[in-house]
Amino acid sequence: MILDIIGTWLAATLTLAIFSFLYKDNPFYKLAEHIYVGVSAGFWVIYVWSFDIKPMLIDRFISETGIEKWILIIPAILGILMLTRWFPKTAFLSRIPLAFTIGIGAGLGVTASIQGFLIPQIGATLLPLTNINNILLVIGVISTIIYFYFSKEFKGSLKLFSRLGIIFIMVAFGASFGYTVMARISLLIGRIYFLLHNFLRII
Amino acid sequence: MIRHQLPLIITFFTGMLLIITFFIPHKPFGDLEQRFLIWYSIISGFTVLLGLDSLVRYHLGKLKKEFNIHSFILILSLFLTLILGFYSWFRFKTPFALNSPFMFLYTYVIIPLQATMFALLAFFIASAAYRAFRARTFEATLLLIAATIVMLGRVPIGGYISKGIAYFISFLFKIPYEKISETQIFAIVSDWIMNIPQNAAKRGIFIGTALGGIAMSIRIILGIERTYITK
Amino acid sequence: MREFLTKLATIDRRIIYLLTFLVVCLPMLFKMIMPIRISEEVKRAFKEIDNLKPGSIVMISIDYDAASEPELQPMLIAILRHCFSKDIKVILLGQWALGLPLGEMALNQVAKEYNKKYGEDYVNLGYRPGYTALMVGIGKELRDFFPTDYKGIPIDSFPFMRKVRNYQQIDILVGLEAGATGDAWVQFAGARFNQKIILGTTGVVAPDMFPYLQAKQIVGLIGGLQGAAEYETLVKKAGSAILGMPAQSFVHLLIIIFIIVGNIGYFILRRKK
Repeated sequence: MILDIIGTWLAATLTLAIFSFLYKDNPFYKLAEHIYVGVSAGFWVIYVWSFDIKPMLIDRFISETGIEKWILIIPAILGILMLTRWFPKTAFLSRIPLAFTIGIGAGLGVTASIQGFLIPQIGATLLPLTNINNILLVIGVISTIIYFYFSKEFKGSLKLFSRLGIIFIMVAFGASFGYTVMARISLLIGRIYFLLHNFLRII
Repeated sequence: MIRHQLPLIITFFTGMLLIITFFIPHKPFGDLEQRFLIWYSIISGFTVLLGLDSLVRYHLGKLKKEFNIHSFILILSLFLTLILGFYSWFRFKTPFALNSPFMFLYTYVIIPLQATMFALLAFFIASAAYRAFRARTFEATLLLIAATIVMLGRVPIGGYISKGIAYFISFLFKIPYEKISETQIFAIVSDWIMNIPQNAAKRGIFIGTALGGIAMSIRIILGIERTYITK
Repeated sequence: MREFLTKLATIDRRIIYLLTFLVVCLPMLFKMIMPIRISEEVKRAFKEIDNLKPGSIVMISIDYDAASEPELQPMLIAILRHCFSKDIKVILLGQWALGLPLGEMALNQVAKEYNKKYGEDYVNLGYRPGYTALMVGIGKELRDFFPTDYKGIPIDSFPFMRKVRNYQQIDILVGLEAGATGDAWVQFAGARFNQKIILGTTGVVAPDMFPYLQAKQIVGLIGGLQGAAEYETLVKKAGSAILGMPAQSFVHLLIIIFIIVGNIGYFILRRKK
């Protein structure tokens, strides 16, 4: 109970310290900012230990037998090689685990993009042009793609489609802006609710 | 060899293995892929620690030159978090037990700081709406109209404004108010904007991005793109 | 009149901030409630979970952190209430490390309301780095990445987890997204393993998910605070999302007024020049 009260006061102080930036930059804001960076960095170390190194390497090494046990030395070495980036003389060794992770990422990315995005999305665009919505959807996709085609000069029908494309893009950006405003305001509502409900207890 | 050729060979081998396994998921490809994915997960954890080093070095360097209260607070916060984290791990078997000191730090320091940093954006977006969003061109006007309709369509007040418009229309065109009072015009138009023109444009943009991503991935696998081995 | 309109174009930014702050506070102080209209995409998401039988398994991925907590935490709580009220088992995991404790807090809060027990009705698997590898890897075998839960207890010691080997035993995956992880779930888990997916996203990410909804790659979409309020309405239990909608409404109106006033001032100043 007493810890909750101390915690709420601490949270409210830090919240108001960050909000003080709205008036102007000041030492309280800077202090809160640096506390945030320090605590976040500490959090990441605990996370890496609790959710990666201990369960995936150490516990596994203890529980497994035979080849499954000793093969774990390879990712352990690769992980340590990653940390050689800290030292300029041995930094080149970090290219090996980096190449491994980038190769995995690239390999997964190719298949995921084609199977998971291109084919279903193009399939969903192949619609019968039987109503105005389908017509607009198909024209919208084609004209947007044409707008970003820079290998040819925009003349004639290409110019018309690219103009249509910019209209669709502007509507899309307007809609995204509307949603973004909603998102940002929601964050403020959350903080004000904390101050009024948890801290000041007036609602 | 180690500096240049070996990384390219590793990238090619791992990338091609994952593509081949997509088509031939059976042994030995499937098992090898699963093993590599587990190793990827393990190595990714070490990558996180890389950023920590540059942060600590920078601020310790600042403190060595002359005492800086902000750098001191940062380093102190970092070590305090580590101490509380490992203590919670020993005492509660996990640092994430809800009654642990580590979770106290999360609930009353991380959450308010992180949430408030982003809550500031609400004020900036309000200020930007006032100062920067100008209907200078036809396209900009279109953007602002779409934004206005979506902003009103996504909140309950849009319904009240729709009722007001319905009342005005029923008065002007002598249509019974009951027939059109439930038509939430902003919500309907907003839904249409999201499902048709917004959908179409986003799909077009993402198809372009996906094609670019595929091209870049293939370039990386084949060793044409080598920027990741510059250091 | 022209002088007044010109002055309107040069209001100090701190007055803008103060107005924004007041418009957020006042509806909350007056405890206003507004009716929530349910959108089609949220209705679909709700129906998918509602149609599940007792004992079905829903996997929820916490892909957000404290920065998106006001939007996504009410969504998570409403979904958990829905699942627990229908005796659906819940598996929680996270791709955003700093968000996982938020998932644990929500689980604890809602489990108490419905008398649900850890290990029998729900499990928290924790976090593993490298989300793309994890999404593909757990399609083959969950235990390769999560041999234990977040506390270090072997997952086979939980009765309902013994039969869960991969996506085939998971009825629905719910991704609560504040970034690009939602795309990864759709492209890896959805496309490769035919996993049924519902996405709950922040307002920033929601517009980007509509192409997936139209292509039927996801079965439902809950977008932003409004989406969370809609889900709370469907679950018939008000939470912070419904409470926040009046403030949201008035601030939207205020932003529109700022845009109009700013543009009027701009055009008048432009004419003067």
